[in-house]
Amino acid sequence: MAKKWAPILELAEDVRSGKVSALEQVKKSLRLIDEHSEFNAVISKIEKRAIERAKEVDAKIQEGADPGRLAGVPFIAKDNFLVFGAETTAASNILKGFDAPYQSTAIEKLESEGAICVAKANLDAFAHGASTENSDFFTTKNPHDNTRVAGGSSGGSAAAVALSLAPFALGTDTGGSIRQPASFCGAVGLKPTYGLVSRSGVVAMASSTDVVGPITNSVDDAALVLDVIAGQDPLDGTTIPRQESYLTPNSTFNLQNTKIGIIKEYFGDGLDPDVRNKIELAIEDLKKAGADVVEVSLPSLALALAVYYIVCPAEVSSNLARYDGQRFGYSFKDSKNLDESYEVSREQGFGNEAKRRIMIGTYVLSSGYYDAYYKKAQTVRTKLTNEFNEIFTKVDFLIGPTAPTTAFKIGENTQDPLAMYLGDIMTVGASMVGVPAISIPCGDVSGLPVGLQIIAPQKQDRELLEIAKWCEEANR
Amino acid sequence: MKLTREDVLKLARLSRLHLTDDEVAMYQNDISAIIDYITQLDGVDVSGLTPTYQVTGLTSQDKNATRNDEILPQVSQEELLKNVPKTEGGQIKVKRMIG
Repeated sequence: MAKKWAPILELAEDVRSGKVSALEQVKKSLRLIDEHSEFNAVISKIEKRAIERAKEVDAKIQEGADPGRLAGVPFIAKDNFLVFGAETTAASNILKGFDAPYQSTAIEKLESEGAICVAKANLDAFAHGASTENSDFFTTKNPHDNTRVAGGSSGGSAAAVALSLAPFALGTDTGGSIRQPASFCGAVGLKPTYGLVSRSGVVAMASSTDVVGPITNSVDDAALVLDVIAGQDPLDGTTIPRQESYLTPNSTFNLQNTKIGIIKEYFGDGLDPDVRNKIELAIEDLKKAGADVVEVSLPSLALALAVYYIVCPAEVSSNLARYDGQRFGYSFKDSKNLDESYEVSREQGFGNEAKRRIMIGTYVLSSGYYDAYYKKAQTVRTKLTNEFNEIFTKVDFLIGPTAPTTAFKIGENTQDPLAMYLGDIMTVGASMVGVPAISIPCGDVSGLPVGLQIIAPQKQDRELLEIAKWCEEANR
Repeated sequence: MKLTREDVLKLARLSRLHLTDDEVAMYQNDISAIIDYITQLDGVDVSGLTPTYQVTGLTSQDKNATRNDEILPQVSQEELLKNVPKTEGGQIKVKRMIG
């Protein structure tokens, strides 16, 4: 692995002060991407546009103008963000060659602060998966052991940060897709409160839980990126008002008045004993520092995965209906009629997991099954939300592992889709109720990183980042 | 519960997906296993609760996020049509629908 990038604030300051040029930073990132191509973290590079933009940033500095808080900082976007200068494929054959006519709001906001997108990262096609093995192109390898997965679906983004290909990456999290790969790769992965970051220009998966968030080297970097991308957007009607600032202060977070709940359901039989041990050590640190740590129970959490695998495919089947071979994306040329054009374009363009989710979604939404599955799941979701709300009247944060194991072997779960789904068991709860959650590195087991997950009440992303920073420093 | 071949073909048809025979057999197994798993919600008591469709309270009428119906210079027709498989005279061309 390459040498870690400096903190983002420092990198931007170096560019602004003329110590290093934006062009040098961008070229360095592009070179590192080439040097580490065997890990399959990246689908495409954005060479021409990135270099042009770097020159613009450098010209601004020459003129004495302010290029922004992220001046000349290269970053990598998961390939489900619409970005100029490269294809947007969502790692799917059906979107291969798609040339974005506009950019996602998150990318626009980062660019307006001088950051430069240099590449698009691999993912499970349409973000359906937990390992990038569902990418229609290739599987991303774990930077710590290339026989293992990087996690998913934002596996390319997490691997790119762990390999230091760029100082940060953007991901999306629907059921754990930022947190779990961050955990597997040893990076910080933040899933903000649902609605805090605009999804305009992001390929939709399950719209009631999809969120955009950063994958970074540190909590400070995650806070800075969130501070740039958070906020209401007229192009995404689900966005919510932001907190004034997400920048984590340097002063130490005061744990004396903090109550932390240990989620009992996360420490059951499915949890690897070595992972458990690492998480318990982190909890000990919190106790020693004066935090009031109590065991809590969320009985419906055991049902969250079943709820997720009804709601998510239902929304997927609806969101993927737009890939019909007529308006954009792959189109089967030799069809006799419109129906055949739809059916064969979709057959050839979608991979197995997309088809599986579309059909499960169609099943749970179909007449006669809707009440038993979809409506029931959305009602159990209310039950789960009520339990979270109740717990958060008693504790400030919840804590537990991000994933039950460290990174698994490539191919280990591909024959059993249900086993793959079970990997999301510790992350889907926060997704279903829309609360913010973060995964931060928490040591390793036999050289493979472990992730500590911290969950906060809705709209308390800043508080979440503050305690995460405390834990990060304690872990060091 | 195991889905029959016909069940899978019906789902595929509703989903506008053509499937090969091998795919039908594979999905019969996979989807049946997943449906068995999600059926665990059957016995859960949800009396007195209503379904959640939105988690941050944006559902009620007065909080709906609307914007003015104004024409803004955003993306040109030409840009939007560049990814369309087949166009004619600035429109999307599809196969015959009737007859």
